[in-house]
Amino acid sequence: MVSKKGFTKGVGNTPSWSLKENEVTPESVFSDRRNIIKALGLGALGASLPGQVQAGLFDLFGGEEKPPFAVQGLDYSKPNQFQIVDRLTPEDKITRHNNFYEFGTSKQDPFDNAQQFQVNPWELRIEGLVDKPLTLDLNDLTTKFDLEERIYRLRCVEAWSMVVPWVGFSLAELLKMAGVSNKATHVAFETLFDPDQMPGQRNRLMGGGIHYPYVEGLTIAEAMNELPFLAVGLYGKTLPPQNGAPVRLVLPWKYGFKSIKSVVKIRVTDKQPPTSWNQLAPHEYGFYANVNPQVDHPRWSQASERSIGEGGLFSAKRIPTQMFNGYGEQVADLYKGLDLRKFY
Amino acid sequence: MKRLTQRGLFWLKVCLHISFLSPIIYLVLMVLTDNAGGDPVQYIIHYTGMGALNALVVTLLISPLAKRFKQGLLLQTRRLVGLYVFAFACLHIAAFISLDLLFAWGFLFEEIVKRPYILVGAASLIIATLLALTSFQAVKRKLGKRWQSLHNWIYVMAILAPIHFYWSVKSEIIEPSIYIGIFALLLWYRRKSIKQWLFGRA
Repeated sequence: MVSKKGFTKGVGNTPSWSLKENEVTPESVFSDRRNIIKALGLGALGASLPGQVQAGLFDLFGGEEKPPFAVQGLDYSKPNQFQIVDRLTPEDKITRHNNFYEFGTSKQDPFDNAQQFQVNPWELRIEGLVDKPLTLDLNDLTTKFDLEERIYRLRCVEAWSMVVPWVGFSLAELLKMAGVSNKATHVAFETLFDPDQMPGQRNRLMGGGIHYPYVEGLTIAEAMNELPFLAVGLYGKTLPPQNGAPVRLVLPWKYGFKSIKSVVKIRVTDKQPPTSWNQLAPHEYGFYANVNPQVDHPRWSQASERSIGEGGLFSAKRIPTQMFNGYGEQVADLYKGLDLRKFY
Repeated sequence: MKRLTQRGLFWLKVCLHISFLSPIIYLVLMVLTDNAGGDPVQYIIHYTGMGALNALVVTLLISPLAKRFKQGLLLQTRRLVGLYVFAFACLHIAAFISLDLLFAWGFLFEEIVKRPYILVGAASLIIATLLALTSFQAVKRKLGKRWQSLHNWIYVMAILAPIHFYWSVKSEIIEPSIYIGIFALLLWYRRKSIKQWLFGRA
């Protein structure tokens, strides 16, 4: 097991997309919500109440408190080129601020509604134009590949961002294992469809009008790039359901909605596959969805983002959004000659 | 049906205060106790916006109810509820500027010009501010007839506010559509007086 550290500093070959030391907020300026609570004596109020009452006090609409999803520690390496010098978003913000409409459209819904999610048994199938189709079960996901930690920036299309330490393996590695046919042009991804477990798939109001199952796609060149990552863990432990357990895609240079969660199918094809947000609002969400500060969402600006880090309500920072979310060195070549205003 | 008495009106106002203040207290407690999600900013903005929208529905319900049940005194609650619309709208914009934009003022003005949904929201806020500023009895007397025609702008707000909601959401349009429907009904009920306001006495 690798020990868990709040800060991970890249040694040696620091990539060009890392933030400089002076851009990192000193820890001393962070204010903490918990300190306010302490100051107001509310912490004591809460602590003095029995557990049942505490759960009921602020959970007026929910039922009784259920145990959180159980996660396990993982063994992994920390390749230098993926350790950015940047402040990580704290784990409790990454696991409690999610867009996963299968569990509801509010940011806290996935945390509230996904703790009972069953990931065992799980089947991830790699099929289509491949030499040997593969099926990975839950155990394979954490044992078949050498796991590594990659710290990636995540930029949501809603103009907020996080810095997340994922654990997983490269998509290209998996595709190479299956052997991609030279007829292949695209890769299609699909989330689990299980309305019994995913209330957003049962109820249109809760699911935000998305046509389920959620689907995503990449070109084959994008998929074979070094960045696409299949994450099976977060902060050194297996993924909690709200972050896409047991396996989700991570594409740090694209808007967050491309990073499909709880994947059951990866299909190599010779056509551009449909993608869920593009189906819902084609003029707002394109197939590529590369982070691009110059191309605004029709209804809001993409020029800057609210960076969610440590600390309380006022600790976030508004920072300029970088082209390809700062990963241009790795991916800009993929889009040479492509009009990114047209192919947004 | 029993007429509402002054005493009854007093208690009704107390109830209205409680029902508009308690959601604010609830929000503060949720945020302080870490129960509003990992990053409560969007939650706070949405919550206060919904508060303004709901208070606006209540304001517009008062006179139809007063007419239907012949309870003239009920009209005296309109100012109170209207000021809560203003209060929630202020909290909403304050949260947007301080927590989301983080006081990037240049960005705010750029956004107001460029984004219809923010423009529409800003217009609603300006109307709410004008109505709140002229809500005092003294000002009302001073303005005379012009007061009513100024306060008819709430009908414009009743169109702009739900559009602002509709345009601001990413995909879940069912709820905003319901609000647009509710406001359409409330305006339809007033079609005569709105016509009169817009086109003068026919």
